[in-house]
Amino acid sequence: MNLYDIIFYIFAAITVVSGVITVTSKNIIYAAFSLLFTFFGVAGMYVLLGADFISIVQIIVYVGGILILLLFGVMLTNKVTSTDIKSGSVNVLPAVIGVALFAGALISIIIRTKWTETPGEIPLSTAGTLGSVLLNEYVIIFELLAVLLLIALIGAASIARRTKEETN
Amino acid sequence: MLTEFGKIFVFILLAVFFVLIAFFLAKLIRPSRPTREKLETYECGENPEGSPWVRFNLRFYVVALIFIIFDVEVVLLFPWALSYQDYGIYGFLVGIIFLLVLGLGMAYEWRKGDLEWARPKQIPPKLKKIKEELTEAVME
Repeated sequence: MNLYDIIFYIFAAITVVSGVITVTSKNIIYAAFSLLFTFFGVAGMYVLLGADFISIVQIIVYVGGILILLLFGVMLTNKVTSTDIKSGSVNVLPAVIGVALFAGALISIIIRTKWTETPGEIPLSTAGTLGSVLLNEYVIIFELLAVLLLIALIGAASIARRTKEETN
Repeated sequence: MLTEFGKIFVFILLAVFFVLIAFFLAKLIRPSRPTREKLETYECGENPEGSPWVRFNLRFYVVALIFIIFDVEVVLLFPWALSYQDYGIYGFLVGIIFLLVLGLGMAYEWRKGDLEWARPKQIPPKLKKIKEELTEAVME
């Protein structure tokens, strides 16, 4: 067991433990904050897999952005009168069936895949390679991403404007 | 031997242990004599009043949404910025079109006034009447 394995198990433990807390916590704020550690642990695993760009994106977008949005959502949606925001469990049986099927599919894929071990070299930076791929094969997708972001931007703006008119 | 991410990991460890050791030392040294007043929520010296779970303005959420969209845009521009020089004017134009499409969204938001903070309508107190009453009182 070398240093690489130890760091991997640290990040795996952070991910799994905080993921369990996210699911089981009754307080939705605690759940949101433990989700932060889950995202962080996943980012650490991306680093260990040599995907440096994806891990930085994970930190910037998920930890820095999506989670803040989640917390804003919690602050915006709770009722003013009820002081404790609890998350309960509904539809337990269908959820158990769905999760069992999904977990079975994942486990069967894990068993069937032939895992090849790569030599432990220091991986090269992937961001530049990704950029040249974006400019060659996927240039249309790159521009379509801009259009997608534009749609999201205008959608968010129009939702906000409608509520503004309602309140006035 | 450390990779660049190894250095980041050392920094993370340092940050975690810095906080943990500081808390542990403080726990060892400090006296612990809690009273009812000490355990109350601190609200600038005032007695806490009402629920802290007030409903926030929706504008915060919209600003956060716009922030995430531009966040993703910047993330997509990083790989482009690293490699566009190898493709000459073509690579440059691809990035410019990308930015123009998003600039269109920005212009739309700006024109429609979505970037302005909607303030609640303020009802000014009727000073004139009070002033008239005061002047009448003074005259009498």
